[in-house]
Amino acid sequence: MSQSTPQPIASPVEADTPPRKSRSALFVQGAIWGFVVLELIFFSVAGRFLSVSDTAFLDLDNMLLLLKQSAPIGIIALGMTIIMINGNIDLSVGATFALSAIVLLDSMTWPFMAAMGDWAIPLAWLFALGTGVVLGAINGLIVWKTGVDAFIVTLGSMLGYRGLVFMYNGEQPTSHLNWTLVDFAEAQFLGLHTATWFLLGTVLVLWLVMTRTVHGRNAYAIGNNREAAVNAGIRVGPHFLINFMLIGFLAALSAVVFYSESGSVNPNDGMLYELWAITAVVLGGTKLSGGYGSIISTLGGVIAIQLLRKGLGYIGADTETVNLVIGLILIAVLFLDRQLNRKGSEELKI
Amino acid sequence: MTQPVLRLEGIVKTFPGVRALDGVDLEVRPGEVHALMGENGAGKSTLMKVLGGILQPNEGRIYIAEQPTVMTSPIEAKGKGVVFIHQELSLADELTVAENIFLGELPRKSFGRVDWARLYAETDAILSQLRVRFDARTRVGDLSIANQQMVEIARALTVDPRAVIFDEPTASLTDAEKSVLFDVIADLQKKGVGIIYISHRMEEIFRITDRISVLRDGSYRGTLVTKDTSEDEVTQLMIGRSLDLSRNASHHELGEVALEVRGLSCGHLYRDVSFNVRKGEVLGFYGLVGAGRTEIAETLFGLRTPDAGTIRIDGKEARITSPIDAIRQGIGLVPEDRKGQGLVLGMNCRDNMTLPQVDGLTSGPFVSDGAEIEIFDRYKDKLDIRTPSWRQTVGNLSGGNQQKIVIGKWLSMRPEVLIVDEPTRGIDVGSKSEIHNLIRDLAAQGYAVIVISSEMPEVLHVSDRIVAMYSGKVMREFTSEEVTEDSLIQAISGIVPDRAA
Repeated sequence: MSQSTPQPIASPVEADTPPRKSRSALFVQGAIWGFVVLELIFFSVAGRFLSVSDTAFLDLDNMLLLLKQSAPIGIIALGMTIIMINGNIDLSVGATFALSAIVLLDSMTWPFMAAMGDWAIPLAWLFALGTGVVLGAINGLIVWKTGVDAFIVTLGSMLGYRGLVFMYNGEQPTSHLNWTLVDFAEAQFLGLHTATWFLLGTVLVLWLVMTRTVHGRNAYAIGNNREAAVNAGIRVGPHFLINFMLIGFLAALSAVVFYSESGSVNPNDGMLYELWAITAVVLGGTKLSGGYGSIISTLGGVIAIQLLRKGLGYIGADTETVNLVIGLILIAVLFLDRQLNRKGSEELKI
Repeated sequence: MTQPVLRLEGIVKTFPGVRALDGVDLEVRPGEVHALMGENGAGKSTLMKVLGGILQPNEGRIYIAEQPTVMTSPIEAKGKGVVFIHQELSLADELTVAENIFLGELPRKSFGRVDWARLYAETDAILSQLRVRFDARTRVGDLSIANQQMVEIARALTVDPRAVIFDEPTASLTDAEKSVLFDVIADLQKKGVGIIYISHRMEEIFRITDRISVLRDGSYRGTLVTKDTSEDEVTQLMIGRSLDLSRNASHHELGEVALEVRGLSCGHLYRDVSFNVRKGEVLGFYGLVGAGRTEIAETLFGLRTPDAGTIRIDGKEARITSPIDAIRQGIGLVPEDRKGQGLVLGMNCRDNMTLPQVDGLTSGPFVSDGAEIEIFDRYKDKLDIRTPSWRQTVGNLSGGNQQKIVIGKWLSMRPEVLIVDEPTRGIDVGSKSEIHNLIRDLAAQGYAVIVISSEMPEVLHVSDRIVAMYSGKVMREFTSEEVTEDSLIQAISGIVPDRAA
């Protein structure tokens, strides 16, 4: 409770706080990229002494591969950013990812599809993306119409959708390799892999949506202060629905990009993806409480995590160590953010 | 004469730039009910915070049973027998009455186990003193507000109090519930407990108190013996300063009726409310907190659904079921809680101002930056909003400038009726008069403005007409020529004037 302290009446013309970004805003937007640079330097230097590999860490092919590998979780994390800015969360993305992948691969084996030759590919993609949109819409409608917290709703759908995955093919993997598709997925255009292009395209579109459209503006407003948004005549529910459909679509897109190449999906695929996506989003500075965040910073968070995995592997650490380090860094970053935020808000309270 | 249970002497409390308490004295004798009165902002709550150890005074002393005492926390105050019954209840709904009463000091057995038998026995003993009908095992969430208040009082009785402070205890009680409360107060009195009773309601003050101390603008104005004084005398003491009460009745011609409300009712919040406001007019709503003013505003803005009554905007009957309806039909609401309900604090100034109409400012799929900046600049100049740039985050602005952003937000929608709830709450003195002038200007430009305020000088200053409300009812309507402070205070305290108005 801050009571605004009366100012001396003599200076009523005084302007308010001069424009400067609070430290936390700088932190949110810039720091993750600083962290990425730091990682690059550290692993290049450390790699010289520790690595068993002959190639340098900063080798171009290595970096291009890194971008490609960050695409599946990255595309989901970008969607998660919007959901979290809006003040919600979606735990079902991993299951949506797996179910869309199954639809993608299995649909190409259906007799009428098989008869279509390569024309089956766009249709299979459509089926898979449609699956994602429908699953997302179910989440969105439930959150909107029941008012139940998104955490609970998507916790339920996470279990439910995963159940559907297992009902589809039991414990068996679903496989179908289409070589045209594999060629497409492995192609490189201007040096970047297909998956990387999808990642960057998603970044561009979502960045435009969040910074330039009414929907993006309202999503921020709802996440920041839902009551004020309602009082400004904004209909909260439809925005929720759109965002859940978006993240469903993106989870499916992520599956399409990944399984076009691999051609085989296990019923356990995509597990914990929701948590990795949330980790990347939070590292990028988006607030769990909603209202703040940026698509570009999430891309930074995604790359930072991938760099850590790859870098630690490069200098000889095993997977368990990698997870431990990422966990520690996540907590350290959030602690730092909190400190900066609290200081910032103290400064601003006049 | 017995020694006072509690005595405050020369209490001074300053905040940067303001002297909130300026040498306040207060003396409470055993078995006395002592009223503390004063307008909103007179310093009553600051004084009670000092007494409760939440704030430390800059000067002055607190004596308990004539022993000089330093209070550092509410827990310490309770330990010394000074207990507060707050207007807002602080109970855990899911716990039982007994658990709430002994929260933090549950009787224990070995190994940290709760001694339930003793807990319930002690609670029942306290409850029997209060003559209540519920028992120690009842879940607090299942009790009525009045009974929850009894739980708060029971909590105070666990320490054998010397002094009990009641802060607006009857705000949400029915008449029957009030008499129960007054019986409890009388019981405490008989036990020699000193009671400080804070209330705005004259009728109650004269019914149960022995003496009345009055604060005004942070200074002590004297103590009256209740049976030797009158409502008029108390009122005089509360407001008797030379206010800038220059009435601001409009000199311009008023237009047609912009909004007409007939027989509007909403549950127990307000009943049978009728009024109208014309274009170019400022209609003030004055009353105590809880009189139903804000609820009426919320109904007009579609946040509440009335049980009965009609709303006409520009002569046409309006059906308003959501803020979207209200906005479409030309109603703008500048809410009481600016930060919680009016602004998206993390967003910049421009985006906040254009929030309700941003979907109309697009070119292609994207929001048009130019159109938005144009709107912002127009109202920045018009309302003299002091911010270096539209990019400034609204949370960084001063209260006055934040309020102007909210007002600008609605003006840019060209409303038929603008409702401003507590226009200057939390706004510093210099900006207050600016906001007042702004409201007058808006009326002069032909807007119909409704101002809800708990500050009498404010409501007198800006209004052409004033509706006085008391517990959900319109008591009287005054024109700015006929209104006096006395009659206004009486109307909002529920006193029907004996002379024909």
